[in-house]
Amino acid sequence: MRWPDVLGGVLAAVGTALIAVAGLGMLRLPDTYNRINAVTKAATLGVVAVLVGVMIIEPSATAVGLLIPAIILQLLTTPFGSYAVGRAAHRSGSPLASITHHDELHRPAPAYRSAPAYRPAPPP
Amino acid sequence: MSWVDVLLVVLGAVMAVVIGRLLTGPANADRVVALDLGFVVFIAATALLSIRLDVVAVDILVLAATLLGFLTTIAVSHLLERRPR
Repeated sequence: MRWPDVLGGVLAAVGTALIAVAGLGMLRLPDTYNRINAVTKAATLGVVAVLVGVMIIEPSATAVGLLIPAIILQLLTTPFGSYAVGRAAHRSGSPLASITHHDELHRPAPAYRSAPAYRPAPPP
Repeated sequence: MSWVDVLLVVLGAVMAVVIGRLLTGPANADRVVALDLGFVVFIAATALLSIRLDVVAVDILVLAATLLGFLTTIAVSHLLERRPR
């Protein structure tokens, strides 16, 4: 067994283990926001570890040219996607877990929707 | 039965959990999160399948699924946000 096979296999196994932990969190965590946390860890570190392992095992030009843009895009786009999902979950009223201490995003009413009334300046 | 098969079976189990959460998510936001993890599992399984089948051209599906997963997450979260609660 060559050494790239061993190194790539270990990296792919670590990434798959991280994705499996995210699946366990998807099964057990009580809240939408906690599940977003679990998925984001798997989507950055787990996927990147698997792709780097595959790239070490098969270092052809096609594989490297396709997997390096995939790694960069995954690292750049996952935080934005998770942020958008979290904001949409809070605005659509997804319930918080009962162990939540306080909610920083809580607002009583969206007061910024209506513009202030126009008052003309008094004549001099 | 090589080690790649073991990893693919683990990813299949995670995909079963994802489908269960897609069907029985309490809120609609839980379904969006499950869809995100489903794309993650698909990307990893496709990359492992390219060394299992020894076909390098399968890696183009990894790049396509990366782009499609990001766009799907953004689009579905916008739909969820605009919906009256």
